[in-house]
Amino acid sequence: MLPLAGESPLGPLLPEHWEEFWIGLALFAIVYFAIAKFIVPKFEQTYAERTAAIQGGIEKAEAAQAEASAALEEYRAQLATARDEASRIREEAKTQGAAIIADMRQQAADESNRMLANAKAQIDAERAAAVNALRTEVGGLATTLAGRIVGESLDDDERARRTVDRFIADLEQQPAGVEHA
Amino acid sequence: MGGVIPPLEAEFWPPGEHSFDSRPLLPGVLPDWVNNHAFQAVFSVVLVILFWWWMTRRQTIVPGRKQAVGEMLYDLIRNGIARDILGPQFRAYLPFLVALFSFIWVNNLFGQFFLFMFPTMSKIGYVWALALIAWLVYNGAGIRKHGFFGYLKHATLPAGVPKFLWWLIIPLEFLSNIIVRPLTLGLRLFANLFAGHLVIVVFVVGGTLLLTATEPLAGFSVPLLTTAGVVSLLFSFAIFALELLIGAIQAYIFTVLTAQYVASAIAEDH
Repeated sequence: MLPLAGESPLGPLLPEHWEEFWIGLALFAIVYFAIAKFIVPKFEQTYAERTAAIQGGIEKAEAAQAEASAALEEYRAQLATARDEASRIREEAKTQGAAIIADMRQQAADESNRMLANAKAQIDAERAAAVNALRTEVGGLATTLAGRIVGESLDDDERARRTVDRFIADLEQQPAGVEHA
Repeated sequence: MGGVIPPLEAEFWPPGEHSFDSRPLLPGVLPDWVNNHAFQAVFSVVLVILFWWWMTRRQTIVPGRKQAVGEMLYDLIRNGIARDILGPQFRAYLPFLVALFSFIWVNNLFGQFFLFMFPTMSKIGYVWALALIAWLVYNGAGIRKHGFFGYLKHATLPAGVPKFLWWLIIPLEFLSNIIVRPLTLGLRLFANLFAGHLVIVVFVVGGTLLLTATEPLAGFSVPLLTTAGVVSLLFSFAIFALELLIGAIQAYIFTVLTAQYVASAIAEDH
């Protein structure tokens, strides 16, 4: 039989009843069993789930980030293409504009040249007509006048025509401004 | 003093070893060891299990307020003691340490709470039971890891001791690691709770006696005795707060040291 408190010099270092000791052992065994069987596994399971959830979340976030940066890259590429295209179109337009302007200028020049040439031809024709008319008229008048002055008939066509021609040739040799004097 | 102190309180004064006597629940019918302290020990088991059961009910990945409190307590043992001291193999000893801490702490809290106002661990029988379990666990862990003789060598012969000192070191280490450890473990817990409860009894019972004094005692007038009683009772609240702290600390220390012993028993040979 083990000694009890009060029966030995150890005093309170020995239990009042040794049953305390056995009760302590049994109760701790119960607590241990309950905690080992139910409590700790439950906590650890929750922790494991949490870790998994956090890791899953991180992976998801990483995937989202990768996707976002891919999209950004794509947009950048598209933007660069668009920019190139825009500048190409601008360049084209500039070239085209210049060509159109040159073309128009050419057309205008051509037109004006053509108009000038037409006008000149018309003027020439009218002048030639006028010269011819004058030549005929002036010849007749001159002949009549001369005949009156000279009193002789200038009906001899051969002579008269020669004289008129000479006169007109003289006229033509004079400068234009003096023609009407 | 016989005339000053009422007979009932005189029976309990001065406080001493008898202040820790258990009261049999049904004297004569049931054996004497079925007493109030055995009952509160059983009650502590119910409380511990109920508490943890409540804390593990409907746990979610994102903890609510209740679960956060439960996890804080659980992590105090899991991360603060088991993982820190035992390293990666902590999981095997975790239930043991959680059980140890909660069982001791709740029983220490009984010193300040509930119907009992008596810390179970100031009855040394319970403490010796826990010390024996701790002793079995850490030696068992060492033997399982190193084998019986391997563990004996591991526990009694630190690496690097020159041969001519073996005759001195081996008995010393054996004494310190195998024999003294459980004794100090148990005595530390027991003595803290025993002394703390004794101090509380002195202040509360002594204060009550002073407060209810009806005639001068040893030349002190009755109003002076009454005042001293009030001061003594007020001061007992400070002692209660201190005991609350000590109860938690002792439960923690017991657990930490047990974990430490296990860690040293299963440590790799150097």
